[in-house]
Amino acid sequence: MSSSVVNAANPLYRARKRLNIFLLTVSGVALLFGLFWLAWILGTLLFEGGHALARATLYYQMTPPPGADGGLANAIAGSLILCSVGTLIGTPVGILAGTYLAEFGKRGWLAGATRFLNDVLLSAPSIVIGLFVYSVYVTRVGHFSGFAGALALALIVIPVVVRTTDDMLKLVPNSLREATAALGCPPWKMIVFVTYRAASTGILTGILLAVARISGETAPLLFTALNNQFWSVNMNAPMSNLPTVIFQFAMSPYQDWHRLAWGGAALITLTVLMLNILARALFRKRD
Amino acid sequence: MQTTNPLIRTTVRPSTAPALQDLEPKLQVRGLNFFYGAYQALRNITLDIPERKVTAFIGPSGCGKSTLLRTFNRMYSLYPEQRAEGEVMIDGENVLTQKRDISLIRAKIGMVFQKPTPFPMSIYDNIAFGVRLYERLSKREMDERVELALTRAGLWGEVRTKLQQSGNGLSGGQQQRLCIARCIAIQPEVLLLDEPCSALDPISTARVEELIHELKSDYTVVIVTHNMQQAARVSDFTAYMYLGELIEYGATDSIFIKPTRKETEDYITGRFG
Repeated sequence: MSSSVVNAANPLYRARKRLNIFLLTVSGVALLFGLFWLAWILGTLLFEGGHALARATLYYQMTPPPGADGGLANAIAGSLILCSVGTLIGTPVGILAGTYLAEFGKRGWLAGATRFLNDVLLSAPSIVIGLFVYSVYVTRVGHFSGFAGALALALIVIPVVVRTTDDMLKLVPNSLREATAALGCPPWKMIVFVTYRAASTGILTGILLAVARISGETAPLLFTALNNQFWSVNMNAPMSNLPTVIFQFAMSPYQDWHRLAWGGAALITLTVLMLNILARALFRKRD
Repeated sequence: MQTTNPLIRTTVRPSTAPALQDLEPKLQVRGLNFFYGAYQALRNITLDIPERKVTAFIGPSGCGKSTLLRTFNRMYSLYPEQRAEGEVMIDGENVLTQKRDISLIRAKIGMVFQKPTPFPMSIYDNIAFGVRLYERLSKREMDERVELALTRAGLWGEVRTKLQQSGNGLSGGQQQRLCIARCIAIQPEVLLLDEPCSALDPISTARVEELIHELKSDYTVVIVTHNMQQAARVSDFTAYMYLGELIEYGATDSIFIKPTRKETEDYITGRFG
């Protein structure tokens, strides 16, 4: 007759079950705690900003003087331009640097030092980057400008793209590189046609996340692009943008300005949400 | 003469090949030492790989057979901490030291790896990619080349209707045959197979072995295998390696039926390894 100790009354088994239930409960509570604040923030934002978003004037009127009605057209256009130019400058630099790190530098001292500095840059407070561009560019030119703003945003994009490009290229298995090299393929063609392709969705995700990050940055723009009450697409002049308008309007005592600030905040949040969803959808497609 | 070694229960094809020293060598290895950092993985290897024959490298894991194969196209040079000393001559050029771009040598030497490595592109482009590196073909010529390569690899029938689909969508065995097709599409002179069947089911394995038989008429084939029956089935010559040294090298039937070295016999009969 075989008597097994493995049955439902086994004390070790029951202790494990109890621990499991306890930890599951704790995790669930922690999850609800996090979600609660997130839902509150998003709910308030959409509730307050929803009205503003629904008004068509938001999209074609300029930011108004105090006490008047208006929209955010100049700020929306300015934000689009600043983010696009910032991304266009930052992305190629970031991808090329990330490619150097993953494909050429690998574990050498230069790559190691670059990775370390890049991580520092990645976690540097964005106001430092704003002040940096202010001191090296704005003070020399003598005025705030869209170029300065785009430059500051590019400096935020670069470390994000460097990091994701490096990480994603490192995920490409060496066997793929060996197989390509074995055909007699020169290294640059291997990188452009095989490894980039294998890592493409990951790199693209990194770029989208960088765009999401800069679209809400206020501090670096305060010292560079500043703001502009009027319609202006001149990159060499101060340029309006959503984050600084939100900052200025939300701090003011005027009801109309508050409403517009909520609208702008909701607009940025929804845009970032869309970019994140897009990034996730792209990443999922790969698996 | 006995043609079946009862201990490994497999038929060894009677040798039709002339003796090793009478054949034209395609690859000549002389005094080859290989290092992974400070660790020496190959010790003073000297052997000739005959042209248009199948040569198998056998031996226990870690004996250096894959390492040896990877010196033939200097694959190790992708990794800075690996280095080789000695000579690997192909058509009179030393692969290890030659100053010309290694890509030109690699294009003459195809390689198939243990795990299938389809490129992240369509089945058609997987084949065409390597061809486009050194040849400018018209659309029609390229189509023919792709079909020929896939046919020889025994894959054409299975993929002819889905050439534009991703190579990653194929099964493991199909992917490996795709990699073989990609390799023969560039019409190399030498084919290096690094345990090409280790991830394959028996049917795919049988197909790959058939293919090796066919390819022998055009190519010099070198195969690394853990499977001794496979070595016995497909190869004309066999090299037994142990701990980075070449223990015995000769015609496959003599290695399997009457090995001259005790170590070889122990390994082949399963007493060791």
